[in-house]
Amino acid sequence: MENITLSVHNLKKVIGKKEIIKGISFELKEGEVFGFLGPNGAGKTTTIRMLVGLIKPTSGSIQIGGFNIVGHFEEAMKHLGCIVENPELYPYLSGYDNLLHFAHMLDGIGEERIREVTELVGLRDRIHDKVKTYSLGMRQRLGIAQALLGRPKVLILDEPTNGLDPAGIREMREFIRFLAEEEGLSVLVSSHLLSEIQLLCDRVAIISRGTVITTDSVDNLLSNRERIIWRFHPVEKGKKVLRSLTAIEERDDGTVSTEYDEMKIAELNKMLVEAGVSVTEMYRKMPVLEDLFLELTGGDSIE
Amino acid sequence: MNKLIQNEMMKLIAKKRLVVIAIIIGILVALFTYAQFKENERQKEKLGTDDWRTIIQQTIIDQQNRISSPRISDEWKQQLQIALQQNQYYLDHDINPSEPGAPTFMRIFLENSIELFIPLMVMVIASDIVSSEHSQGSIKLLLTRPVKRWKVLLSKYLTLILAISLIVAIAGLLSYSISGLVFGYKGWGAPVLTGFSVTDAGLNTASVKLIDQWQFLLMDFGLVWLVAIVVGTLSFMLSVLIRSTAAGMGVMLAALISGAILSNMVSSWESAKYFFMVNLKLTNYMNGNPPPIEGMTLSFSMMVLLVWWCAGLFVSFYVFTKKDVY
Repeated sequence: MENITLSVHNLKKVIGKKEIIKGISFELKEGEVFGFLGPNGAGKTTTIRMLVGLIKPTSGSIQIGGFNIVGHFEEAMKHLGCIVENPELYPYLSGYDNLLHFAHMLDGIGEERIREVTELVGLRDRIHDKVKTYSLGMRQRLGIAQALLGRPKVLILDEPTNGLDPAGIREMREFIRFLAEEEGLSVLVSSHLLSEIQLLCDRVAIISRGTVITTDSVDNLLSNRERIIWRFHPVEKGKKVLRSLTAIEERDDGTVSTEYDEMKIAELNKMLVEAGVSVTEMYRKMPVLEDLFLELTGGDSIE
Repeated sequence: MNKLIQNEMMKLIAKKRLVVIAIIIGILVALFTYAQFKENERQKEKLGTDDWRTIIQQTIIDQQNRISSPRISDEWKQQLQIALQQNQYYLDHDINPSEPGAPTFMRIFLENSIELFIPLMVMVIASDIVSSEHSQGSIKLLLTRPVKRWKVLLSKYLTLILAISLIVAIAGLLSYSISGLVFGYKGWGAPVLTGFSVTDAGLNTASVKLIDQWQFLLMDFGLVWLVAIVVGTLSFMLSVLIRSTAAGMGVMLAALISGAILSNMVSSWESAKYFFMVNLKLTNYMNGNPPPIEGMTLSFSMMVLLVWWCAGLFVSFYVFTKKDVY
């Protein structure tokens, strides 16, 4: 069995009389990137703030590296590195002093480790400059360096690519994959961008209105919904043939889609050809998370 | 804990707050020194002498004239009476109440800045030490480290106490060194009278003691420090409660200024004496100046300040460790 680094069980948060988070449970394994996907206002940030100890849960438990963050805050936090929203470091200090500041809050982390993480995020040349002179991408990297200082097992990144340019996003994505695959960290990434989660994560929890709708690997979620798109001539005749064999769905552009089933495709094609329908195009279509999300949430708004 | 305090100090120094405060104090001291110098010149010209006995004689005559004026209020009359009796006492015992020199200037400077100026300087640091972390968002990093929240806050509070001590020390050092350029650096051993007490019958000189100026100064410094700590703690509390530094400063500023105004007009509203801001002028008790409200004594004021200090500290820690950070 793989090691569980973060486990959340039946987490709830009530503010006033309103239940913001309605019982969320999930687990993170070693070396995986876990996506936390939901529209703005779904409860992602509230959940993440509870995970990192900024907000006290109303009920439920959070365990990081085996320690409950309520009773054993210090031990649990030793295993956690995080950036909540933007990495807001001290602009009037240099990058190095910022790292020194946070190293002071960890036991046994000295200058050597500061040098290590600086190298890791590639900030060596600018580390002694004031943070206010940094670009957003550099701040983001310094934020990650800060999060990695204590050699955490779990890294929590809230919207890590927010505000980065395309090159920065790509760089960040590769870096996160590197951390998970080479360093064995569990990384929890939240986002409201489906494409990002799709490219970055191994598993994903889809969250809407304070509950987890589904948790599964990205591959699984997608493969169940692969379709075959057909274009043929004459259209009506072809539809009739297909309809007699399987369920079909007519699409706006005159094509027809059927469920993807590796065993049946060749058979369907053969039947069409034998009936005198000429198939001009057939291809496999992977659904994007966008469609999936709309399907699962019943049209809850998403950017 | 040492490392945490080191962190806070690093931030404080990088923000250059202490330097700004030192510059402000320096400029003000220079201004006051010049004003004092001008005043001395004027008196010398008017009386034709710089003998302090003649000057004090003249002051007493002035005061007598003002007391006999019919347009003056009873309250004011009583205060003048007390000041007059004090001057008379100094004259009778042949002691100069304002022996020229840097130590005397320093004493007068401290006595006049205890109520408003030093608290204002303290406020500059105290009111943003917590709220700036909120407005910058760095609180999110600070509180997600393996350090309990009360430790984070305690490190900030201890840093504040250190900074306050530094401010008081800077005020002393600058007022001594700058005024000394003009008035000379002597006068540590000058005799100062203390122990005047104001009773219904007027000034009571029964327990008056003669002490050296340096001893008096030491007590003054202690009182200034105490006031600064209490004001600092209350600003600190506001800094925890109110996220905006400007709003916190505004509230504290209003309180301090209302204190200065209230002490001049509340002598008939007796329960006002439980406000911390009318109790700030502790050095007045040492000089025998009448308190703003009857029945206030040094120990009473210190007790009131202590209660406010405890409450401020309790609220700060309670709220900081409990509240959700968004």
